[in-house]
Amino acid sequence: MFHKFTKAVAALALTTGLVTPAMAELSGTLRIISDMSNPAPRAIIEGLAADFDAMHPDLTVELEVVDRDAWKSQIRNALTANPPDVVNWYAANRMGPYVRAGLFEDVSDMWEEGAFPGLESVKGAMTMDGKQWGVPYTYYQWGIYYREDIFKELGLTEPATFEEEVANCQVVLDSGRKCYSIGSKFLWTAGGWFDYMNMRTNGFDFHMQLARGEVEWTSDEVRATFANWRRLIDMGAFVDDHQTYSWQEALPFVVKGEATAYLIGNFAVPHLREAGLTDDQLDFYQFPKIGDFPMGEDAPTDTFHVASNASNKEAARAFLQYVTSVDVQTAINGPDGLGQLPVNADASVADDEFIQQGFEMLSGNAPGGIAQFFDRDFPAEMASVGMEGLQEFMVFPDNLDDILNRLESARKRIYK
Amino acid sequence: MFPTPIEKRSRGAQISYQALLPVALLMWLLPLVAVALFSIRPLADFTNGNYWGVPSSFEFFTNYGKVFFESDMPRYMLNSFLITVPTVVGAVALSTMTGFALGIYRFRGNLLIFFMFIAGNFVPFQILMVPVRDLTVSAGLYDTKMGLVLFHIAFQTGFCTLFMRNFIRALPFELIEAARVEGIAEWRIFWFVVLPLMKPALAALAVLIFTFIWNDYFWAIVLTQGPDAQPVTAGITSFNSQFVAQYHLMSAGSIVAAIPPVAMFFLMQRHFIAGLTLGAVK
Amino acid sequence: MSTTTPEPGWLQRNRMTITPLLFLLPGVLFFLVYVISPIIQSFNISLYEWDGLGEATFVGLRNYEELASDRAFEISLWNNLKWLALYLLAIPAGLFIALFLNQNVVGIRLYKSLFFFPFVISQVVVGLVFSWFYLPREGLLNAVITTFGFDPLNILGDPTLATYGIIAAGLWPQTAYCMILYLTGLNAVDPEQIEAGRLDGAKGVRMLWHVILPQLKPATFIAFVVTIIGALRSFDLISIMTNGGPFGSTRVLSFYMFEKALSEYGFRMGYGSAIAVVLFLIMLVFIAYFLWSMYREERAARR
Repeated sequence: MFHKFTKAVAALALTTGLVTPAMAELSGTLRIISDMSNPAPRAIIEGLAADFDAMHPDLTVELEVVDRDAWKSQIRNALTANPPDVVNWYAANRMGPYVRAGLFEDVSDMWEEGAFPGLESVKGAMTMDGKQWGVPYTYYQWGIYYREDIFKELGLTEPATFEEEVANCQVVLDSGRKCYSIGSKFLWTAGGWFDYMNMRTNGFDFHMQLARGEVEWTSDEVRATFANWRRLIDMGAFVDDHQTYSWQEALPFVVKGEATAYLIGNFAVPHLREAGLTDDQLDFYQFPKIGDFPMGEDAPTDTFHVASNASNKEAARAFLQYVTSVDVQTAINGPDGLGQLPVNADASVADDEFIQQGFEMLSGNAPGGIAQFFDRDFPAEMASVGMEGLQEFMVFPDNLDDILNRLESARKRIYK
Repeated sequence: MFPTPIEKRSRGAQISYQALLPVALLMWLLPLVAVALFSIRPLADFTNGNYWGVPSSFEFFTNYGKVFFESDMPRYMLNSFLITVPTVVGAVALSTMTGFALGIYRFRGNLLIFFMFIAGNFVPFQILMVPVRDLTVSAGLYDTKMGLVLFHIAFQTGFCTLFMRNFIRALPFELIEAARVEGIAEWRIFWFVVLPLMKPALAALAVLIFTFIWNDYFWAIVLTQGPDAQPVTAGITSFNSQFVAQYHLMSAGSIVAAIPPVAMFFLMQRHFIAGLTLGAVK
Repeated sequence: MSTTTPEPGWLQRNRMTITPLLFLLPGVLFFLVYVISPIIQSFNISLYEWDGLGEATFVGLRNYEELASDRAFEISLWNNLKWLALYLLAIPAGLFIALFLNQNVVGIRLYKSLFFFPFVISQVVVGLVFSWFYLPREGLLNAVITTFGFDPLNILGDPTLATYGIIAAGLWPQTAYCMILYLTGLNAVDPEQIEAGRLDGAKGVRMLWHVILPQLKPATFIAFVVTIIGALRSFDLISIMTNGGPFGSTRVLSFYMFEKALSEYGFRMGYGSAIAVVLFLIMLVFIAYFLWSMYREERAARR
């Protein structure tokens, strides 16, 4: 993998050298704080930092990799107290607090000058208040990853409707397994379930209205979503004690075949392969239809930003250009790397079962629209209160009324 | 002696006491034993659900090797030392001086200052957090070891002063008076008369502060981030995210992080306990 | 004393005032800057709405009003009370172990050290150790209780049990601390009084209550002080073991303050400071009591 990577980089060094001669003169130190802390992404960011460092002899790249879930509570501290030059974050609404606080650098000029060819289609996710605040470097589909071999053994096929999904689940349960693995300790995995239940029950547009605070959490539509979700909970479809596990700690349930499916993002695939599942054992399907609405999908986009208090903005901007370039995009998103989708339209989508399926689903079978994710579409504070409620619902579905009232009063307070 | 010495009891009581001791110890340290057992298992045991059976192989060197050679753990450990040692030196030095001043001299406000140190030592960290963080940031010391060291020295001075002052109080005051009659300057009394007598207190305090600072977590996450400056208590969480769900490695990492204060304790046990129990006997 | 030398200089005349002043200066200065003045500042900040960056807006007591209707704050407060009450169990438990170990058999010194050493380990590691111990599938606790025929527990995943699970983890090192205090105290118990008690026919619990415990009073006092402080400082264990969850049921004031002040969703320094002030005021009750006890002792010592 590394060989391929350096080749891409070498080619890139030539091209960028021609386009922006200034880049060759980068000097000083470039400090990057990255949240790509899982093993596969960690290798990627370390490779990127090392190669960028090698490309610019006068520039020293300092990389700090911090825990991905911890980073969510550290980023503000980092940007205010001791700003690095480049940081990782997420697109769309999740940028809001940092954009409004003036902590992300406005890079609209680069977008305007055409510094990011091939990124036109993702510009919207980086836009807030009519300006662009960073670049994406990867995105990935969500959906149901399941044990193909166990499905075969039980005579099941990929469901297209919720009724089929429920029927499948009953068969799985009868075989002594659980239908779904989930680790909700860090809450957001429950957000994924809500996104899909709500988008399928009430449609993408309703889901976005809820995200914008335009409809009440106590509305009948939202209750219908939870009622559908509750059918699965009452069946005992989810693994026990999921509130104790992180998403990674819930992977072994699938690996050992104790649970047959996992609603998660494509980033889980390298982990499942690493744990020994072959492509014959693992497959993917789109979350099935519930109501008669065009299907919408979650496809979160991960990003790089320049800190507005960065000390080496020149190098930081060059780094943004570098990570979005065609060859780097192809290299880092490949199955040996992140195993996700490149943001650059000119980059090639890897020839990999899951990446290809995700690409087809998102480009051809998501007419409803593309959402970022619960904790990126909803305002940060709403997302935080919301996900706590979702986790509580999954464990104590009887508390629903209390939870919805709480969320509704939070909505009234937060959106104002 | 209370309770009645066991050797004055019946033979049966003695035997059952001797037998009970290791059992009680094992129960007491059970969670720790569990972690130690985890840390020598291979990954395969966890995937196969063999958590408590005989390990399928003995992986002590592989697991601990990974901790030392394939993670940032050594960096975090080094940071911990670079934060802890200067703090110990600084806090002990400052408090020897304050303890001397408060223990030897009579002046107005003596007790007030002494009580200020004691009270400050008891306050919840959270009431200091926002201003201290702000101060550290504006001094350009955020995410530096120096920022942590300065705060730790200041805060530990509270406890250390209490300790030193009480220790100095218990010294024979006649020695100092005799020195004064000889016309020896006050700072020389401090240096040549009092300080030599305080060696046991210095040792006890140094060991205690070493443990306290090594084990600090709250200030580490408030004032630092990332492997540049963070001590091992904070670093262990990112170590755990690197090896998430790999309990054998996480266990090994925790044990490594815990070793320095434990070693310090076993090496300097007498001083440690003397320091900790100061005041428990009057 | 200084009158013996002819014409002493100003410095010489005032050395008994100047010397302590100079010796105190660095320590006091440090302490004022890093401890005393931040306390006052926190009180002030709690009256503002401030994100730690821009201008602070004065809001009077509004942060405190918001606290009054904040459910998470209420839960935190209750949990703090649970911590305070249950943490005190470390004192009798420590006494019990100390009595158990206060013997002169071969190797007892090593036993005492091994019983004590959980206290030396950082709370972070204690938290990790216990959260693995409690794991619903992999944990030793469930392995043990299921062999005795009980149903497995998911202590940290159950909002009614999680706080107790964390307190139990905290009691482990705290009991060790109290134990060592009592072991030292027991060493100093006057043998003559024990003999006198024996002659009076006191044995066992009666002896403990009437003869031994009164002599252990200093140890009990210190055990009480450190245990109360420890209970109100609980932060590390919660942060490591549950991060406040499940669904916020294990928060305490110290943790909630941190969450609010340094939250991803916008720093609320003012609101956080208001929580800190409440915590401080609770602590102040105990601090005042400790200082009062010490003051009485100081006065007694002077006489």
